[in-house]
Amino acid sequence: MSVFVDDDTRVVVQGITGGEGKFHTEQMLEYGTNVVAGAVPGKGGQEVAGVPVYDTVDEAVEAEDANASVVFVPPAFAGDAVFEALDTNLDLVVAITEGIPTQDMAKVNKRLSEVDTNLIGPNCPGIITPGEAKLGILPGNIFEAGNVGLVSRSGTLTYQVVSNLTDRGIGQTTAIGIGGDPIIGTSFIDALEAFEADPETDAIAMCGEIGGEDEEQAAKYIAEYMDTPVAGFIAGRTAPPGKRMGHAGAIVSGSGTGTAESKINALNDAGVPVADTPGEVAEAIDDFL
Amino acid sequence: MRLHEYQAKDIFADAGIPVPNSQLADSVAGVLDAVSAIGYPAAIKAQVHVGGRGKAGGIKIATSEEEAREAAESILGMDLKGYTVDRVLVEEGVDFVDEYYVGVTMDRGEGEPVAMVSTKGGVDIEAVAEEDPDAIAQEHIDPAFGLHPYQARKVVYDAGVPAEYARDVSSILSTLYELYEANDASDIEINPVMITGDGDVIAADAVMNIDEDALFRQPDLADMEEDSYQNDLERKAGEYGFDYVRLSGNTGIIGNGAGLVMATLDLVDYYGGTPANFLDVGGGAKADRIGNALDMVFSDENVDSVVFNIFGGITRGDEVAKGINEALEDFEEIPKPVVVRLAGTNAEEGMEILNTDLVQVEATLEDAVQRAVANAEEVAQ
Repeated sequence: MSVFVDDDTRVVVQGITGGEGKFHTEQMLEYGTNVVAGAVPGKGGQEVAGVPVYDTVDEAVEAEDANASVVFVPPAFAGDAVFEALDTNLDLVVAITEGIPTQDMAKVNKRLSEVDTNLIGPNCPGIITPGEAKLGILPGNIFEAGNVGLVSRSGTLTYQVVSNLTDRGIGQTTAIGIGGDPIIGTSFIDALEAFEADPETDAIAMCGEIGGEDEEQAAKYIAEYMDTPVAGFIAGRTAPPGKRMGHAGAIVSGSGTGTAESKINALNDAGVPVADTPGEVAEAIDDFL
Repeated sequence: MRLHEYQAKDIFADAGIPVPNSQLADSVAGVLDAVSAIGYPAAIKAQVHVGGRGKAGGIKIATSEEEAREAAESILGMDLKGYTVDRVLVEEGVDFVDEYYVGVTMDRGEGEPVAMVSTKGGVDIEAVAEEDPDAIAQEHIDPAFGLHPYQARKVVYDAGVPAEYARDVSSILSTLYELYEANDASDIEINPVMITGDGDVIAADAVMNIDEDALFRQPDLADMEEDSYQNDLERKAGEYGFDYVRLSGNTGIIGNGAGLVMATLDLVDYYGGTPANFLDVGGGAKADRIGNALDMVFSDENVDSVVFNIFGGITRGDEVAKGINEALEDFEEIPKPVVVRLAGTNAEEGMEILNTDLVQVEATLEDAVQRAVANAEEVAQ
């Protein structure tokens, strides 16, 4: 079992003719993902890595029966691309693009509340169900199929934790990078809810970072609704207030909201152990299993 | 990107928000010229991106030429929380009877903008939010429609603004939202909006932060970016296109991916060291970018030791190794010890290429950080 993506996921790649879109389409195909179409305005009729390209997402879905999309469109056009995907009633949209203006995402977020589609990202590495499907840019070779769910705001930190898990012989049901922007689709709570409902997921690793209050909300959710054990990590303990630490969303406000301390305390109060080092996350998960 | 007060006030004035008369000056003579044109009393305000300028001595009121000269001499060139003041805004003093707060920001939790008004202006609004949250009236805004006029009125009434000023304050709020949207601001606020003895409403301060991700469609604001750098390291990071934040420690940190770099900083602290910076080379960095990152960190005089932590997804370990070798081979003597840890895509190829005469190699994140911290301690002695 897994959450959000599996063997049956049929993917359309938006921006498939660009450098990143093409490279990662090849990588996704190599991993075994069913990439069935590409969508790029003005490029309909072409092929990329053997995948047919259509002018619109609507055509691609119609012709190839796709139910998910991955967005590699440059930031200036990515908000529009996500709208296009949402208006096609796909089950899942994964937006990899980094640097989408926040006000564009506020409009996307409004639309998201009106449709049934799940959005993952933007500014994220994507989602992988090891051995079945990968939608995004995660390096497939570090993942192993198994019984641990992983959700993270950061890409490379995910890889670090996954490699620590895999080194201990612990595989993953699904790993989700939810993204480092201030406004994102799938939140920690959405991901945790999905893992809680998945009978194959026996433990969950959750990697948060400074900024916003998503981790604090997730802590409340865990305390109230979850039986599956969760181990946490929070990046940014040493970040000064008012400075954006790479991710647009990773910023401690001047008034002190969004601090690592507040998140760690909230998680600890919910019974979630928070590791001091990335390596200790895998140890905590090992203890659960 | 934060605009300077004078830049934000120019934008406000162009949009029709009343602001005090003012003039920018970068010398004592310039300040004296400005006050003679503007008259007394005049406020002399440091133009640096530092909160609490007033308390730190960066804002002074002058009621005579002598006071203006003293203020100019003390503020120009002063060090304000690590930043040197090279310009001041000379502004007419406003005789006020009341001070309000008006602002628009993005509510991350709701994923939509929120307008805020309070009659407790002129003080630290975040402290008000903490101690007396009910004193700040809020109205969420549907980004598809913008701020409806009724909402601008409602939030002003909810805040308890007296009827005689409500129309002017809500008009300022509506204009602020238009500016927020048109300029891709992440925050925009006036603290305080002053009510003058004559019953006029005027923006005495101006804060505007711009979403850096939207600068591609804000060419006028993008031109101001150069002006927003406050030291050579920030300027250099801007030129190289790095996400860089300088801290006060002595262990320099280079990595890929914001979360992993933050975690590396935290580990330096955890093992008893002090991080000197946050530097994310981003995804897919090639050799020249790696060289630029090293140049960046070596340019910081506080740095005594450097740790490279790369977990390759789209970034390839062999490219990183090549970049490190090329950059370090240019030095007759390596300025500071460099510890490298490579994992992920092509990490093994990278490890083989790395010139171990120039760098120290560690296999795990924990070992690499501990070694860099030990190096920093040794060099600092």
